[in-house]
Amino acid sequence: MTIRIKVEAVAKEFTLHAQGGVRLPVMSDASMEARGGECTALIGESGAGKSTLMRMIYGNYRTQAGRILIEHQGRSVDMASAEPHEVLEVRRLTLGYVTQFLRVIPRVPTLDVVAEPLLAVGTDIEAARERARALLTRLRVREALWPLSPLTFSGGEQQRVNIARGFAHEYPCLLLDEPTASLDAVNKETVVTMIEEAKARGVAVIGIFHDASVRERICEHQIDVTRFAPQSGAAA
Amino acid sequence: MIGAELLRVEGLTKHYGARIGCADVSFDLREGEVLAIVGESGSGKSTLLNCLSAQLEPSAGTITYLRGDGAALDVYGMSEPARRMLQRTDWAFVYQDARDGLRMSVSAGGNIGERMMAVGNRHYGAIRAEASGWLERVEIGTDRIDDRPSAFSGGMRQRLQIARALATKPRLVFMDEPTGGLDVSVQARLLDMIRALVGQYNLAVILVTHDLAVARLLSHRMMVMTKGHVVEQGLTDQVLDDPQHAYTQQLVSSILQT
Repeated sequence: MTIRIKVEAVAKEFTLHAQGGVRLPVMSDASMEARGGECTALIGESGAGKSTLMRMIYGNYRTQAGRILIEHQGRSVDMASAEPHEVLEVRRLTLGYVTQFLRVIPRVPTLDVVAEPLLAVGTDIEAARERARALLTRLRVREALWPLSPLTFSGGEQQRVNIARGFAHEYPCLLLDEPTASLDAVNKETVVTMIEEAKARGVAVIGIFHDASVRERICEHQIDVTRFAPQSGAAA
Repeated sequence: MIGAELLRVEGLTKHYGARIGCADVSFDLREGEVLAIVGESGSGKSTLLNCLSAQLEPSAGTITYLRGDGAALDVYGMSEPARRMLQRTDWAFVYQDARDGLRMSVSAGGNIGERMMAVGNRHYGAIRAEASGWLERVEIGTDRIDDRPSAFSGGMRQRLQIARALATKPRLVFMDEPTGGLDVSVQARLLDMIRALVGQYNLAVILVTHDLAVARLLSHRMMVMTKGHVVEQGLTDQVLDDPQHAYTQQLVSSILQT
């Protein structure tokens, strides 16, 4: 299958101004790629930079060097140098991201939170809500909760709302940061099946999964991000 | 959806004598794009907003407005009446204090109708029907159409001000702390409403706020100001989650949660 995400020699460092401008290099010369229909797991100890790399791919963190190319509407967009409106276009149509955190406007009902990415790509409101209902049902979010804001839900319920939202529009590329972390066995199985279905549709998936059995079941590739750590002594 | 370029700002500067209001601000804005200007009080963000919205003549710099028909207008180069016309038609302003944006002695329906009449609507029945539609859109009961805003709560007044501002279908809306001074629950309702209306009418918005949570929920891009200078700008989540400048890092780390 075709390469949909290509990370080329990227570097990342944080400058901590509150600590006298100390520079903290966290990644250098990191390269990887993700193909349609395949799932790549980012592995490494906590703090090794898995989420950092994922946030760079999404354009949420800045990149100091290198390119992050996403196949978007028949062309390559470099997320590391794209203008804000281009990054937002890639996120709207091509690149989905399921995080462990739910960030929504208070008061917006769960059903609309899930339907929103579909409305953003022009789906009509009834079809979008129908799809949202199907996803929430599949992920066992009780119907009584749909008219309520998810901000008051339990951690596991919020995570399932987040997953439903991330899968509402069928993005060609998906970033999943611990999508099964706070789920019980039954819901975890559902999410794993949903990822398998996405792969079957040709989606390129990059994921962080703390559960080794999940990785072994769905991931064709595993990349240990520890190898992207800058060589010791680089900190100044 | 973010569309074509609509506003181009170059080197905008305002001095108050020797004191700097804002200095050398440049940016572009597109249709449907929401830009938040954040900073503490005294950072120059309100001065900048007033210069941008043609309410305060800058000491230097230019603002070019690209009208829907393709004409490029020099905002401070045009005549005063032409500028006022632009403020009434293509642009709108939402003040922090609804009393500055409403006529308190005129009914709710009149407040909306007045702005429509200013752009040439004359048919009373049509104006009243439209005003009624706008009241519904901002969740004010249409049975309140003949009440004066002085009888409204703070949150209702702010919603009425938004209805009045949007009734003429502007392309660009300036907002100065639109949720400031309201109770948290009232704020949430207003944020939800502003976001829905901005999306529905594909409005470009320049929003001044000191509240980073408001900036995160409403804006696509943000500019961080301190001492009259823009020290950082970019995609909103990027600026908040990976701030580069010392001032932005301090600002982000000093709030409870965004």
